[in-house]
Amino acid sequence: MADEEDEIILSELNDDELVLQMHDDLYDGLKDEISEGVNILLGRGWTPYDVLTKALVEGMRIVGIDFRDGILFVPEVLLAANAMKSGMHILRPLLAETGAPKQGKMVIGTVKGDIHDIGKNLVGMMMEGAGFDVVDLGINNPVENYIEAIEKEDADILGMSALLTTTMPYMKVVIDEMTAKGIRENYIVLVGGAPLNEEFGKAIGADAYCRDAAVAVETAKEFMEHRKHNQTA
Amino acid sequence: MRRGRRKRSGAGSGTQPDFAAALETRLMENGLEAPRAAALPGQVMLIACGALAREILAINAANGWDQAVLECLPAKLHNAPQHIAEAVRVKIRDAKARGFERIFVLYADCGTGGALDAVCTAEGVERIHGPHCYAFFDGVETFEARHEEELGTLYLTDFFAKQFDALIWRGFGLDQAPEMRDILFAHYSRVVYLAQTDDPVLDRKAQEAAQRLGLRYERRFTGYGDLGGVLGALQ
Repeated sequence: MADEEDEIILSELNDDELVLQMHDDLYDGLKDEISEGVNILLGRGWTPYDVLTKALVEGMRIVGIDFRDGILFVPEVLLAANAMKSGMHILRPLLAETGAPKQGKMVIGTVKGDIHDIGKNLVGMMMEGAGFDVVDLGINNPVENYIEAIEKEDADILGMSALLTTTMPYMKVVIDEMTAKGIRENYIVLVGGAPLNEEFGKAIGADAYCRDAAVAVETAKEFMEHRKHNQTA
Repeated sequence: MRRGRRKRSGAGSGTQPDFAAALETRLMENGLEAPRAAALPGQVMLIACGALAREILAINAANGWDQAVLECLPAKLHNAPQHIAEAVRVKIRDAKARGFERIFVLYADCGTGGALDAVCTAEGVERIHGPHCYAFFDGVETFEARHEEELGTLYLTDFFAKQFDALIWRGFGLDQAPEMRDILFAHYSRVVYLAQTDDPVLDRKAQEAAQRLGLRYERRFTGYGDLGGVLGALQ
């Protein structure tokens, strides 16, 4: 009975209410509702880019804050990410067609010896959402994969992820190789993963450690602004 | 920020029918506290993960080692490793305040990314070597040598086999969203149960865990691995 009274018909909400409801639904990891909400907004004439940034990315930003503050835990974040993925599934081809504003290009991958990719995938989705082209190298990447991809793709940013204490030092191997090849300064290097911290990021020579996907997006934007500013100066 | 509507069932919230299971749940949720007493001469305070309590007590009892006082942090911290280092620091300082001059930490790095080592160094305390408890049960050198060929393996110990449902299934929300299994374990191919004891019940539980995850199963008897030697050296 209570459920019936509480039932919300998404299509009956106005735009502002629907966007707020989608933030709630992302928070609650309700992927079917997210797909439905995305389709409703598109049907009302919203651009794919606006649906992405105002409904999905903003919703995930809230999830990120509550994860940081210990209100949400890993399972909830995974469910939220899964819900976002269902929305991205609809929006990705439309974004490619409509030419949403581009911020830059990122090559991202989990380091050698590590098969964990949920956090990395979330960063990739959020970066796409923020207008970056993302080239995902997947898991268990040796240094050669990273170097080849950043050069071939003419990337702006290299993102590396690790979940294990035993694999996170491999990030330094990659950065050292970039330095040895004289290409380190050509790229912004962002690192992330559960056992990392800011101190580690600095120690291995990364440009920044990103605590979560939302921070990764903000950090990437800041570095790209700085980069563009330097290029035009 | 805002709280969602969904309620998260905590690890270890299921019904536990017998005393042994209740003790396991206690080790998971609350850890273990020794009686509040000042240190006796020669005593060593062992600060350990609740997932190791039974093994430590069994090794000490079998060898007649009675100089150790054991305190454990809740094993559920396995799923929140960012809290382990500070929780260990609190335990170390409490032990020092009670007069313990010999303190040893029975935690591997456990996903703290070096934070636990930083605490141990700052407090002048040593810890058992290794990245994870299953690594020192297997023997850290052996485990590290096999790492590359064993990529995609989920390891269970006796404790993790017993607490699979609470720590992994419910701990990662698979009871609420079983479809997440294939996302969480997408790149895993098998479960290896590193057995500390020969127990057919645990073997069956570990096998069931592998089935639930849709992964191949292998059992490997390790005994207590490096743990026995470390405890012996403290006597």
